[in-house]
Amino acid sequence: MEIRGTGIGQGVAVGPVVRMADALPEPVDRPSHLDPEREGERARASLSVVAAELANRGAKAGGAAKDVLEAQSMMAEDPSLIDEVTKLLATGKTAERAVYEAFAAYRDLLAGMGGYMAERAADLDDISQRVIAHLLKLPPPGVPNPGHPFVLVARDLAPADTAMLDLDQVLGLVTSDGGPTSHTAILAREKNIVAVVGAADAATLADGDMVVVDAADDLVVSDPTTEQVAHANERIAERAALEAAPVTPGALSDGTPVPLLANLGSADGAAEALKLGAEGVGLFRTEFLFLDADAAPSVREQQEHYTRLLTAFAGRKVVVRVLDAGADKPLAFLNDAHEENPALGLRGIRALRHSEVILREQLTALAAADAATDAELWVMAPMIATVEETRYFERLAKELGIRVAGVMVETPSAALVADRVLAACDFASIGTNDLTQYTMAADRLLGTVANLQSPWHPAVLRLIADVGAAGAELGKPVGICGEAAADPLLAVVLVGLGATSLSMSPSALADVRASLARYSPDDAKALARAALAAEGAAEAKQAAQAAASDITTARTSAS
Amino acid sequence: MVERTVRIGSTHGLHARPAKLFTQAAAASGASVTIQKSGGTPVNAASILAVIAQGIDHGDEVTIVVDGGDEQAVLDQLVELLSTDHDE
Repeated sequence: MEIRGTGIGQGVAVGPVVRMADALPEPVDRPSHLDPEREGERARASLSVVAAELANRGAKAGGAAKDVLEAQSMMAEDPSLIDEVTKLLATGKTAERAVYEAFAAYRDLLAGMGGYMAERAADLDDISQRVIAHLLKLPPPGVPNPGHPFVLVARDLAPADTAMLDLDQVLGLVTSDGGPTSHTAILAREKNIVAVVGAADAATLADGDMVVVDAADDLVVSDPTTEQVAHANERIAERAALEAAPVTPGALSDGTPVPLLANLGSADGAAEALKLGAEGVGLFRTEFLFLDADAAPSVREQQEHYTRLLTAFAGRKVVVRVLDAGADKPLAFLNDAHEENPALGLRGIRALRHSEVILREQLTALAAADAATDAELWVMAPMIATVEETRYFERLAKELGIRVAGVMVETPSAALVADRVLAACDFASIGTNDLTQYTMAADRLLGTVANLQSPWHPAVLRLIADVGAAGAELGKPVGICGEAAADPLLAVVLVGLGATSLSMSPSALADVRASLARYSPDDAKALARAALAAEGAAEAKQAAQAAASDITTARTSAS
Repeated sequence: MVERTVRIGSTHGLHARPAKLFTQAAAASGASVTIQKSGGTPVNAASILAVIAQGIDHGDEVTIVVDGGDEQAVLDQLVELLSTDHDE
């Protein structure tokens, strides 16, 4: 059977399915047929097993994770919680229900306190689920560990799940929910895992089913034939050869350079990015420095991390994005307020302007790191919607010693007045994920509207073309740092639309490098024209594919 | 039974790591210990959930009551923990 979804990257994988256990349903509130003492023993036994597991994981993890897991272990055996469970059992409830209600009461209490406490509320849900799973003798929710290589099939992966994943064992990822910008997709790109997301029919796959996961064709084949498996294995070997090819700077067929840069989330990824041929960093996300913190990190802490990053990329360009937080990625010290529409709320530059001291400290740390190293530091602001915001950021950055300051183009408004935005700063970088979300008015985290989440849509391409034209007119660089740049064919279209550099997950560099080398600047413009003229996203992709095939056929017959 | 009132030293209050260290110490002491935020009700100091649910912030005053065992030594140790800034 063929199951359609959205492929991430160009890879292929073959292997047996292991499903991730879904979240457990709420235990039914029915009278227990055991007496409260017996239920109490069951509850205490499971609580203590889960507490021991968490403490054990903490001891293995070490560092900051150890403190968090130890605290969770203490919560599982908390005396107040056990008192509450005992009280509930005395009314005749089952151990499962009593555990569920006791944790839920504390969860609600913490959630109501807001800020840091509200973040801990999710921890309690996780502990509660683990204890209930143990009581029911079910697999604990979360990432499985079957002890052999497998294709993980899940509804979608949460960031906490992805952190627990043993990547050496995961051949591929298939999700039934989640679009191309879901956490699963981001993880897959970052770690170079073959993935097909948003494949609704993946819900029918069972543990042990053999599948071929074909990201390039947006397809999962269950119960494949011997020929299909052999063909998949051939392609796996071909890709391994491509990845082993020598690393050269990004360029079109005539030698026109198109610098290929890396998207990084921490300085730890620098060595790997350089190995895969990154010519610099096109998007350095700084959120990780701020997440899980009760307060913004000090200037000195930030400076140390930036210095490490810039030292790794000495002599190369590094584009750093200042803190991009909003109600969808809340930080206790920056934005506590609940918003109905986080994507349209106080986020990016808007939130930073609201708490300017955080922005000032970050720019100060960046300028100091720049002065101490040899990399070429560019700094950009997220979620710019107006020329006025551009001026505000550019002025503040320059005042604090940043030499090159630019903006991200993620809103249609910034793209529509790109000539004036670019006149007010040094460069633009197009964030195609958000630009697509805002242009198509389709939540990028929502699987049900994932079909609208394509950067191939001519409306999105039109906006990119406008920014590219404004950059060419003013002689200012226009980079692409969204995941669109990681699609080998779309990368050529983006260059045809005027992009001067492309930044992507390092794992995509080899495919994009090989693709760019096949086309001249005129070819890229022809592909871009074909895509722009199409009716919709699928048609634009087909039109670009047809134009590409015409070009390669003409070349073969000419030679 | 001994008691003392102390001001919280940790920059971010009695959350996360400082709360963990405090409840661990209270549980390990073997004594019966309560902590009460000024104006609140006393709760079991060995319960991390009860302690963090008090929402105790930097500079808040809390009263510690220790009953049983080597009361004075336990009280001294817990007061020391609360007045230290663990977030530095």
